[in-house]
Order: sequence, then structure tokens, then C-alpha cells
Amino acid sequence: MSVLSVRSLSKTFGGVHAVNDVSFDIGKGEFLALIGPNGAGKSTTFNMINGQLTPDSGDILIGDKSIAGMAPRDIWRLGVGRTFQVAATFGSMTVVENVQMALISHARGILGLWRPAASLHRERALELLAQVGMADAADRPSRELAYGDVKRIELAIALANDPQLLLMDEPTAGMAPRERNDLIKLVKALVVERGISVLFTEHSMDVVFSYADRIIVLARGRLIADGNAAAIRDNAKVREVYFGTGKTFQETAS
Amino acid sequence: MTLNALLFQALNGLSTASGLFFIAAGLSLIFGVTRIVNIAHGSLYMLGTYIAYSLATKIGGAFGFWGGIVLTALIVGVIGALIEIVLLRRIYRAPELFQLLATFALVLVINDATLWLWGPEDLLGPRAPGLAGAVEIFGRRLPSYDLFLIFIAPAVLIVLHFALAKTRFGRLMRAATQDREMVGALGVNQAVLFTSVFALGALLAGLGGALQVAREPANLATDLVAIGDAFVVVVVGGMGSITGAYLAAIIIAEVKALCIAIGVVNLGFVTVNFSKFTLVAEFIVMAIVLIARPYGLLGKPQGVVRSVAEPEAPIRPATPMLKVLGAVVLVLLLALPLLAQTSPYVLVLATDVLIAVIFATSLHFIMGPGGMHSFGHAAYFGLGAYGAALLVKLAGFPMLAALFTAPLVALLGALLFGWFAVRLSGVYLAMLTLAFAQIVWALVFQWEGFTGGSNGVIGVWPAAPFNKSWAYFLLALAFTVIAILVLRRFLFAPFGYAMRAGRDSPLRAEAIGIDVKRIHWLGFAIAGCVCGIAGGLFAFAKGSISPEAISVSRSIDGLVMVLLGGIQTLVGPIVGASVYAVLQDTVMRQTEYWRALLGVIILVLVLAFPQGIAGALSALSRKLGRKPGGAA
Ligand SMILES: Nc1ncnc2c1ncn2[C@@H]1O[C@H](COP(=O)(O)OP(=O)(O)O)[C@@H](O)[C@H]1O
Ligand SMILES: [Mg+2]
Repeated sequence: MSVLSVRSLSKTFGGVHAVNDVSFDIGKGEFLALIGPNGAGKSTTFNMINGQLTPDSGDILIGDKSIAGMAPRDIWRLGVGRTFQVAATFGSMTVVENVQMALISHARGILGLWRPAASLHRERALELLAQVGMADAADRPSRELAYGDVKRIELAIALANDPQLLLMDEPTAGMAPRERNDLIKLVKALVVERGISVLFTEHSMDVVFSYADRIIVLARGRLIADGNAAAIRDNAKVREVYFGTGKTFQETAS
Repeated sequence: MTLNALLFQALNGLSTASGLFFIAAGLSLIFGVTRIVNIAHGSLYMLGTYIAYSLATKIGGAFGFWGGIVLTALIVGVIGALIEIVLLRRIYRAPELFQLLATFALVLVINDATLWLWGPEDLLGPRAPGLAGAVEIFGRRLPSYDLFLIFIAPAVLIVLHFALAKTRFGRLMRAATQDREMVGALGVNQAVLFTSVFALGALLAGLGGALQVAREPANLATDLVAIGDAFVVVVVGGMGSITGAYLAAIIIAEVKALCIAIGVVNLGFVTVNFSKFTLVAEFIVMAIVLIARPYGLLGKPQGVVRSVAEPEAPIRPATPMLKVLGAVVLVLLLALPLLAQTSPYVLVLATDVLIAVIFATSLHFIMGPGGMHSFGHAAYFGLGAYGAALLVKLAGFPMLAALFTAPLVALLGALLFGWFAVRLSGVYLAMLTLAFAQIVWALVFQWEGFTGGSNGVIGVWPAAPFNKSWAYFLLALAFTVIAILVLRRFLFAPFGYAMRAGRDSPLRAEAIGIDVKRIHWLGFAIAGCVCGIAGGLFAFAKGSISPEAISVSRSIDGLVMVLLGGIQTLVGPIVGASVYAVLQDTVMRQTEYWRALLGVIILVLVLAFPQGIAGALSALSRKLGRKPGGAA
């Protein structure tokens, strides 16, 4: 059974079909890339899956449970982790505290009024930080970190509730090519180890073609292709979307 | 009540609306462009009435009156420009709350300057030359001048509307209202734009005030009343929308007029005097509008979220030095009854300081870590104080039982109001909390049979052994220490972290399972409850409680204390409350013009220490010691 099924999902913003009748599935442990030019509807799709937006129509299933229109925090409890296109962390906390918050919340300890938060789940948080290569920065204020490092922290946060599905909207935006490659490699290694399914967007076609198990392509809100790297590379519609505008795959990286 | 009476009151309402419109339109324009909520706008309005009075009486005649009104508007416009150039320009990049504090300091300064120049008496201007008569409408006589006011507001609205739509200046203003970065990109001299907008807003307030000269006496209390009304109008109409301001002014004035027209109604089992509702009517309208349309009738969601505030450092447990310092202060306080044997007043003042510390610490709990800038914390102080006083007087509670129950009364109020408040944020949350505080105030003011009305509840004295000032001081000290330690504990616990998480990034917080609204609601309730302790202590310390003690100025005092201490530090509110309470007491006894002195001190502090006193001290110690200084 699929971990996530998206069925005929649609969303319009004041007449603009941001997402139009999109359907796809992710199998267990699959590393699925969602690509498409800017404005194709990728972030909108993410936002509907994690509950930030309510779909106009269509359905979203986690396992066999419909989650369309549920609040983000409830969807998270079903094991869906998320990183944002513009990284979001708690600036007034240290790096490790950011991860601890997710662990505390996962253990339903958020309403605790007495035991100091800094002492809770610290070991586990440090482990997660070590996995994303940020153990050294654990006690630094998170607002002091470079953007690429913040993205790693987000990854550690997203892994904190042992998700079965990870949604990563442009995890490498704002990174140098080298860094991009490293981060995606890291994600891939982590998820393979844990059997997590991942849906991610990424502008660098090199990265997509070398790491994704499968690729789906959005253009103007519609799903135009679904297949492996070779199939996508040769797909006429995809070539039109990317090359027809005079762009190459590489140039779309921004 | 006849239909004619109703219609006549409706007309009356329209003429009142014009005054509201002028001040609110200026406030709204200034906020739209500069993002500063100018609390001193009511003061500019008040100045307008005083200046127009002087011109009308000194020059006299039609020219002195009508020319005086125009001249007044220009003078107040220039005063506005000066304020912008000398003061506000320096603090555009400061945190929002500091700007509020600075403009509040201006209120104090302008009020005393007015007192000094014009004296304490109410001054009623001459009748308007040419419009001194009255016209017969709906069987009653409506002053012609009121009729004139009814028409002048929409006329100015139309002129403003076209000026903003057709001129380059207007287009820039609208662009700046929607997107401030864009103005920079257009290469406009932002300083000139801001000064002009401030001058225009001030001019409108001055005009509004000047037009009142033939209708109402110039009065020193006008500034806070006017700004309260204007806030409501602007928030109901939508920040930055002048048409919204006009609409809101009319709605509010008409609702009030309706209350007066309905008057006393016998509902069979109870007699209700609707005219008493005028005090709360506008706040009820505002609460309803904000809940249904969080950005006001014609407002748009605030575009760019401004976060120019210095990001906050992670909180750390108290350093050994801070612990030692705390212990030393505590020992000194415990010894105070012995040290102060010769001057009993010290203990009375010290008790006031402790009450202020609880008040400010509880306010800081939601303002700092919760990011909820409450402008109505006096509500929970009032619920605690009245709760304690009435439990003693009406239910025969012993003092200690009343002191322990008072916070629960405040808790109930905070749970109710907080539920609505956490649905909003920023200026809108500030205004809604203010509205709730005014509702509480009006309730105790008007429910005479229960609360004693304007006289309040008297004879609430502490029982033995606490009837000695030293004993009561020690009792207050015990409550204060416990309140501080408990709130501090909460802040270091997951709950406090969750509050900060919701403030730092609601998006991320919700994405890791935190129900931000619920957390902030509970935080609001906890703060209200602890604030109720301060209220209860206050009632017994003074032996009485009256509406005056829970008015808007107490809420503002709390804000000043928190900001003075530094919102980003946990000891800030303690330092701020102590300094402010002592300062207020000392300054008040030095001079008749204590408000102005206080205002100047606040301004100096704001300009010198944009992070508050405790914030500045910890920054200094960071610099000197190079230790990892946290917000202890
Ligand atoms: N909140 C919104 N309001 C209005 N339009 C939106 C909103 N979010 C996205 N859109 C529009 O929907 C389309 C898809 O946007 P998005 O999902 O962000 O694309 P992508 O992430 O693929 O770049 C774009 O045309 C965008 O302008
Ligand atoms: Mg996107």
C-alpha cells in the first residue's frame, strides 16, 4: 500500500489554478522528486499535504486515512515531517533546543510546567544532530547559523518524530552546488536506513537525476509526467516545458 | 422614545463622528506609512482645541475663529513635523513597543506643557461666528454648528481621497502603505515622505481638535480619551484606510447615540439605563468587528511583517552571580522592616514596588516569551482587586482567603478574554486587549449596586497581624517571590519554550505538533491569574479599590515598566517595575509637572537604551566579561 496517495488534488487562488487535478502515490521508502518550473504549484502541493492549505477538491490519504483539510499539527502526529522552502526554526533557542522541542512535542510533553525543557530528550536530540552533521553547533543560538546549516537543523527536527513520510520543499535552496549534493546524499542515506518515504523538490537536475527513485513533473498546476530519470529525460512534454522556453534543465536551477 | 428623538440623536451622532474621524484618519495615515502607532495623536488633537481657543479669544471675531481654526491646523501640523524630525526619526528601526513607549512619553510631556501654558481650568471657546444659531429639526433645535460639522467630515474625506488618488505624493503614500521596500526602490527620499505624512496626520488631528472649540471646552483629559476613541475607530475601520475610519466613526457614534436615545428601559424584571452603555459601546463594537474581521472593516492583512527587533538570545538558567545577587536583594528586603523603622513610608512605597513587580512580571510573561503585546493588563489587576475587595465586603471572606481567591477571579476573566485575544496578533491584539480592559473598567464604573461605582469599594483593610505595614510588606514579599519563581520555572519548562516557539515561528511550531493558539491562550490565562495576585495585594494595601486604579493608565504603566527593564530579559520586568515605581513616586513628590519629567526621563531612556535597562546592562557585561551572556 502507498504511504501517501494524492487523488485529483486541486487548488485555485483567485482564478489561478495553482494545482489542477493532480494525482500521484509514494510507495514505502521511495525517494520521489517533484519538479517543475517556478510557479508550477509545487509548494502549493506541499502545503496541502501538510495541512497548511485546504484543497478545493480531491483527496489526500496517508495509508488509508484521509487527511485533506486537517491541521498541520495533526498531520504531523500521523508521521509526516516537513522542511520549508524558507527555513523556519526557533531563533531564540539553541540548535539542540530546536530539536528537543520536536522531541518533547512528540512525547506529548509540551504542557509540562515544571521540569526544565533543556534537560529533556537532550541525548536523543544530540544524536539526531550528529546524524545531520551538526553536533558541534548544538549549543549555539540557531539564529547565528549559516542558511545551509539551518536547513540541516530543519532536517534533524523533521526526523524527530520518526516520520514515515518526509516533505522537503527545496531543501537545498540557497546552497552552493557542492553543499546541495552533500545534503541530498545525506537525506538519501538517512531515509534508506530508516525506510522513510520522501517527497522533495529540487531545482538542480543533476541532483534529481542522480538521486531520485522516481520523478513527477508539474507544469502550470498539472501533472505532466511520472517516471524514472530516463523516462523523464526523454519525455516530450517535459522537454517542451523546460526546453520549449529556451531553457535547459541546468539553467532552471535558481 | 419617539422616532423623532431617535432621528435627532442620530444627527447628533453624526456630528460627534466628525471629531472622531479627523483624529482617526490622521492616526491611520501615519500608521499606514510609518508603521508607528502614535499614542500622542490624542495630545495633538487636544492641542488643537487649546490653540484654537486662544486664537479665537485673543484675535476675536470671525477671523479669529475661522482663520484661527485653519491656522491651528497648520500649527499642529508643524508641531507634528518637528516631533517626527526630532524624535521619531531616531526610532523607526527600534522595536515596535519602543515606539509606543516614546509616543506615550510625548503624551505626558504635551499634557504638562498644556497645563503650564493654559492652566488647569476647562476653557470654553466662543460660539462660531455666523453659525451661532440653531435649526429646527425633528421637533428639536440642533445647533447650526453641529450641522456644519456633519458636512465637514465627509468633505475632508473626499478631498483627502482625491489628493491620495491623484497626486504623486498620494501615490507614494499608498505605495508605502502597501510595501515599504518599494519606496526605497523608487528612490524616494523616505525621510521627506515620513515627515510629510506625520505633518499631515498631525494637521488633521489639529483640525479636528480646533473644530471642537465651539462645541466642547478644552480639557486636559481629552488626550487619553481621544486616543482611546481613535484607536477603536482605526481598528474597526481597518489600519491605513481613511474611508474605513469614516465608516467606523459613524458606526460608533451612531451606536452611542442610539444608547442615549433608548435611555432607561424597563424590561419588566429589571430596569436598564442604556445611556450608561455609551462608555462600553464602542469597545463592544470593536470586539465584535475584530472577531469577525480581524483586520477591520476595510483593512487588509498587514503586508510585510516587520521584525526589526534585535533577535533574542537563548534563555539560560541564572548564573551563580545572578543567584547571589538575588539572595542579597532578598535578604535586604527581609531586613527592610528593621532598616526602615524611622521612616514608615519606605515600607508603604516598598509594598507598592512589590505589587508593581508582580504586575510587570506577569505582563512580561505574555509580552516577552509569548509575543503578545497586551494593552489591557489592568483588566486582570482590576478583577483581582475587585475580586478580593468584594469577597471581603460581600461574602465575608477573611483576608488571606480573599487574597488566594482573587487570582482565580482574574484567571476566569483572562480565560474568557484571552480566548478571543490570541486569535489576533500585533497591533490588533493590543487594541482588543485594551478594549477588554475598558469593558472591565466600564463594568465596575457603572454597576454601582455591586461595585460601588465611581467611589469604588472602601474599608478593605488587612486583618491582624497584617495591619502593621511591616507585616503586610513581608506578606507581599512572600507573594512576590513565589510569583516570580513560579513564572520563571514555567518559562524554563516545555510550556514556556512552546510559548516562545509559537512566537518565533508559528509555522514551524504547528509543523511539530504545537497548538500555538492554545499555548498562547493558556499563557494569557496564567499571566492574568498572577496579575490578579497584584490586584488583591493592592486592594488591601490601599484599603480600597476604585475604577481609577484600574484605568488605561495602569495598563500603560505596566508596558512602560516592562520596556524600561528590557523585554528580552527575564529580570527586566523586575528592574523596570522597581525603577518606574520609585521614579514615579519620587518625581511625583518633587514637582507639579511630574508627568513631563517622567516623560522626558522615558524619552532619554528610550533613546539611550533601546534594549531596556537590564538589556543594556547584560550587553555591557557581555562586552566586559566576554562571557556567554544569556537572557537570564
Ligand atoms: N497564497 C497564495 N495566494 C495567491 N496565489 C498563490 C499563493 N500561493 C501560490 N500562489 C500562486 O500559485 C501558483 C503556484 O505557486 P507555488 O505553489 O508557490 O509554485 P512553486 O512552488 O512550484 O514555485 C503561482 O502562480 C503562485 O503565484
Ligand atoms: Mg515553491
